[in-house]
Amino acid sequence: MSTAALPRTARPVSRPRPDRLRAGELAGAGFVAPFLVLYALFLILPLVLAVIMSLFNTSLVIPGLGTFVGLKNYGELFSDDYFWQAMWHTVLFTLVSTPFLIVLPLLFAIAVHRLSHGRWFFRLAFFLPYILPSAVIALIWTFMYEPAYGLLDGILHFFGLGAPGWLSSTTLTLYSIVIVTIWWTIGFNFVLFVAGLQDSPRDLYEAAELDGASWWAQVRRITIPMLGRTITLVAVLQVIASLKIFDQVYLITQGGGGPNFSARVALEYIYDYGFTSGRVGYGSAASLVLFVVILVISFAWLALVRRQEKGV
Amino acid sequence: MSSHAAETPSRPAAPKARDRQLVQRPDVLFRRCVTGVVIALALLWLVPVAWALDTSLKAEPDTIKIPVSWAIPHLTLSAYSLDFSATDIGRWYINSAIVAVIVTVLTVFTASMAGYALSRQRFRGKPLVYAAILAGIMIPPQALMVPLFREFQSVHLINTYWALILPQVPAPIAVFIFKKFFDGQPIELDQAARVDGASWWTCYRRIGLPLARSAVSAVAIFTFVWTWNNFLWPFLSATNQNMMTIPVGLGTVISGTGIINALQMASAVLGALPLVMVFLLGQRQIVEGVAGTGLK
Repeated sequence: MSTAALPRTARPVSRPRPDRLRAGELAGAGFVAPFLVLYALFLILPLVLAVIMSLFNTSLVIPGLGTFVGLKNYGELFSDDYFWQAMWHTVLFTLVSTPFLIVLPLLFAIAVHRLSHGRWFFRLAFFLPYILPSAVIALIWTFMYEPAYGLLDGILHFFGLGAPGWLSSTTLTLYSIVIVTIWWTIGFNFVLFVAGLQDSPRDLYEAAELDGASWWAQVRRITIPMLGRTITLVAVLQVIASLKIFDQVYLITQGGGGPNFSARVALEYIYDYGFTSGRVGYGSAASLVLFVVILVISFAWLALVRRQEKGV
Repeated sequence: MSSHAAETPSRPAAPKARDRQLVQRPDVLFRRCVTGVVIALALLWLVPVAWALDTSLKAEPDTIKIPVSWAIPHLTLSAYSLDFSATDIGRWYINSAIVAVIVTVLTVFTASMAGYALSRQRFRGKPLVYAAILAGIMIPPQALMVPLFREFQSVHLINTYWALILPQVPAPIAVFIFKKFFDGQPIELDQAARVDGASWWTCYRRIGLPLARSAVSAVAIFTFVWTWNNFLWPFLSATNQNMMTIPVGLGTVISGTGIINALQMASAVLGALPLVMVFLLGQRQIVEGVAGTGLK
């Protein structure tokens, strides 16, 4: 401190004072340190560990890394049909659910946003399921889908229709989970769209109305273009969230991945091999593949958003 | 007409009067139909939750009657009392509350400090730290569960609060939200305080945090709900009944007591209850939080 004080007197007042700066630097580092330590320990270290362990035959029940196996884990992974099947289920789930999870909440938001009262009711109905834990969702829907006393089959029975086997059919199970997920998560996108709609200027609609534009024309020509950014954002968040699907599949199929693994998704495959079979090394390799896929898609979307924003 | 609207842009009564004129227009009927459909869909959306509540209040034999019915012949809370005696749900509530509260406090604290430093202070390596945090938003923690489990297993902390709490604290998105928030606040107050000799810590405590109240409440509510609901990590790290949180414990109820429908639905209602309360109390912050976070 005292050495720093000497040159200070000799310098013009406007110059940055070194002692201040150094104290500021220390404070800055101190302010980010608690977060950075946790960040390094629980996000970066696992990533590094995954890379290392994926090259070893690390086991859950044996301490240490095990023996070095090179790229053998990856070789086995890429030649395992079950792995590709699980990856495909994740992709299929994403492809089927995303359009619904964009179009439905968008339509709901458009229908609701110009109502003068009662908007709280729609927010309650559509958003409430979103904040419930996956286990509650799974409890409710396992019973909804119950073949004998479930509400859905009860209704089908009333109309003289047979039970489709929501959770017992190899073709239907994944789609039954898509239905659950749409019901569960639609509220988040709904709220995003309603917020986006509120940002769009009212006078635009008034002008269009005066010019005799129909409701649908207003939606098509004003609402949807104005919401361009929000729609892209919702799509990005939705795709990334869908790729990480695990909870509802695991819970509703009670850990079995559906009949004959017909609904097992990527993260569930990782769980089955990394934990249930105790093959941490192999599970790490599978984790990294999923990790890279999610990262690549995230960045691709980001690049797309950037380009779209520049274009507008 | 349009010139008239341009002349009176500030009069709020004008658009309302115009709306009334529009009643004659043909697409008003269409608009009414749209409203009707969306009301029907909203009611439909409430059916699963209502059905769970309905079933939870039935006596068990009435839940397996065919045809299924909404009628409750014998209204009873026995499924709820059975839930508390047959499962450890009381313990799971306590665990969930401990974990969610501590994670929320630590997240708000560490993330707001980091966000404050990134917005206000100059220090070496700051661009690198910021880049690391932006990149961190992209990291899907769910895909790193296997190595994270190994990490905790090797230091023998599986089935402890340490394992349940610590990995849930670092949320790069929260730092980003706070940084953006502080960027939008005037810097003059901090500068004046600094000139008066206040430490950075005082500036953060006395000026930064109080100003950031809306960001704090949004991050806090989201962290709380997210942590309370988080399934995958607690499911892996708490295998002991005594350490389970509500979602993990309820997960065992799905397959465990498989045949007692009323008990399962009572569990679902009990699991939903705290969140419904948080939702009703913090509805405005939650909705604004979703909108604000998403649109940035």
